[in-house]
Amino acid sequence: MRRLLASPVFWPVVALLLLLLANGIFNPAFLSLQIRDGHLYGNLVDIANRAAPLALVSLGMTLVIAVRGLDISVGAVLAIAATVAAWTVTRLADGGMPGLWPLAAAVGAALGVAALCGLWNGLLIVRVGMQPIVATLILMVAGRGLAQLLSDGQILTIYYEPYAFLGNGFLLGLPFALFLLAAVFGLLQWLVGRTALGLFIRAIGENPAAAHVAGVRARAITPALYVFCAVCAGMAGLLVSSNVASADANNAGQLLELDAILAVSLGGTALTGGRFSLAGTLVGALIIQTLTTTIYSVGVPPQVNMLVKAVLVLVVLLLQSPVFRGQLLWCLGRAPAVRP
Amino acid sequence: MTTAARTPRGGEVLRALREPGTLSLLVTALLFVILAAAGGVAYEGFLAPQVFLNLFIDNAFLIVVAVGMTFVILSGGIDLSVGAVVAFTTVLHALLVQHQGWHPLPAMLLVLLVGTAYGAAMGWMIQRYRLPPFVVTLAGMFLARGGATLLSVESIGIDDGFQKAIAALRIPLGGEAFISVAGVVALLVVAVATLVARSTQFGRTVYAIGGNPVSAGLMGLSVTATVVRVYALSGFCAALAGVLYTVYMLSGYSLHANGLELDAIAAVVIGGTLLSGGVGHVPGTLFGVLVLGLIQTLIAFDGTLSSWWTRIVIGLLLLAFCLLQRLLVRRA
Repeated sequence: MRRLLASPVFWPVVALLLLLLANGIFNPAFLSLQIRDGHLYGNLVDIANRAAPLALVSLGMTLVIAVRGLDISVGAVLAIAATVAAWTVTRLADGGMPGLWPLAAAVGAALGVAALCGLWNGLLIVRVGMQPIVATLILMVAGRGLAQLLSDGQILTIYYEPYAFLGNGFLLGLPFALFLLAAVFGLLQWLVGRTALGLFIRAIGENPAAAHVAGVRARAITPALYVFCAVCAGMAGLLVSSNVASADANNAGQLLELDAILAVSLGGTALTGGRFSLAGTLVGALIIQTLTTTIYSVGVPPQVNMLVKAVLVLVVLLLQSPVFRGQLLWCLGRAPAVRP
Repeated sequence: MTTAARTPRGGEVLRALREPGTLSLLVTALLFVILAAAGGVAYEGFLAPQVFLNLFIDNAFLIVVAVGMTFVILSGGIDLSVGAVVAFTTVLHALLVQHQGWHPLPAMLLVLLVGTAYGAAMGWMIQRYRLPPFVVTLAGMFLARGGATLLSVESIGIDDGFQKAIAALRIPLGGEAFISVAGVVALLVVAVATLVARSTQFGRTVYAIGGNPVSAGLMGLSVTATVVRVYALSGFCAALAGVLYTVYMLSGYSLHANGLELDAIAAVVIGGTLLSGGVGHVPGTLFGVLVLGLIQTLIAFDGTLSSWWTRIVIGLLLLAFCLLQRLLVRRA
């Protein structure tokens, strides 16, 4: 029981369940699920669908943070990927390419460009030795400018219909985005749990010097993690632009990096690197999305969204802190006071 | 052991120069000069004194915020709430002066107290419960911005006579050059902060905590009190910057200073302070802000860049600057 309480994933899950419960009490229709037009329909499905881009980016961010890094350029990479996809699809579809090839080309181009961005970040950090926040800050500033350059500052509308499947399509009754998220999560869990990669990542994060001496090739692994993080941002860009059938280089992905880091932290991964929890990150992303949806559906003014987010984050952080839990138990008379 | 002050001898000066933080600072200063020279060659009238004084006038609030951020980063932490605290300060100040009829001076004192207390509260939570500074100050940012929006959604213009007089005051510096009150305040803050960092127990403890907090605690330094004070200082600087901002913009608005925290962090890092803590100097931050301002001035002098090319050029210049800094520091 104590191990369960001390598990960093426990409290975020509790917070998520409480949020959903509160919603259900105030608004009974919130938790209802129906089958409409041949697919599952309801607020819960909506939350999961909207959380998918954030969850994808957060998963990539988890691994980067686990090796003591940080990637604040994910919002800009999302915008770049969305713009590249929109530009490619429009050019190819208008140019007469048949069938689903424009879609394939757009996805390939967007993810390829995203991977290049990640490689850029990784090389700056590992080869040049820049601090991660500075290296990714450069792409964050310049990247959005690049996206705006490509779209000439305009919002690119996508008229090619098959593209909408990514963000709005359904597979076996559930949104396609959920399958994408499940696939990425499954792949990561397998890589991290069943191969030595998870061990290497933890080693680099907990003690880089010891990992180096033990022969862990941080100079190869770290850039790969940044590439993966950027590709996740690229996938999120595809989902977002497909959802609204347009690419907005000016506004897409604003503040995404902060929400992603928040999700990672809520999920129990320490920002100082080392141990990480992919499942926790998923829960963190769901909490943030549930909170946003709750605020809108309860009808509270959007200003309050920030305040409630802040309070919720602080509460979850405090519950995750062993010092706070010890103090709480002492206040409740359950355990002797232990000075930290 | 004698504690009498002695004048530094040649060997000591050379050793001080070899410290990683000092070398970075010198490189930053050198690159600033090179950038300014390049601008002088490329554009007519670039090297006029007022152009450089304008760097201080227009970036006074960023200088103040970045100084507070320097202390936080030196101690190994980070403060993402500064932009939001600036915005909150401007809204609170505007509310007090415009809607409640307060005189600007007591309003400024009150908002300074509020900012300091806010910072201290975040610092206490970070230290007492061992919470990650990134997330706590991020939550603080959301809280402050949300609070500012709750106080007032629209912008509140300030037309108090005293405040407008300060805003319009030009302190002549000979010839046609002048500086504003905000610029003088910013320079004073840098001077005081440099002294505090180098010559007080508080400053020394901040460096020690940044180097290794466990060792600092074992050495008997008051880690908890210092961490709380560091964040309180950052809150104070943010509130002071907010006061300067209200004078500069003559308005209070919850969307002021959007993204300011990132500019401050960039300035601190460009100035040679390591994000991991324990290494860096306050004057370096001043040069960091000046470099950022100089890049903006260069782009303004060019005048032909669209808003996205501006972003790309800023990114490229930042890249070039950081690369050069890395290479020159590595050589040493």
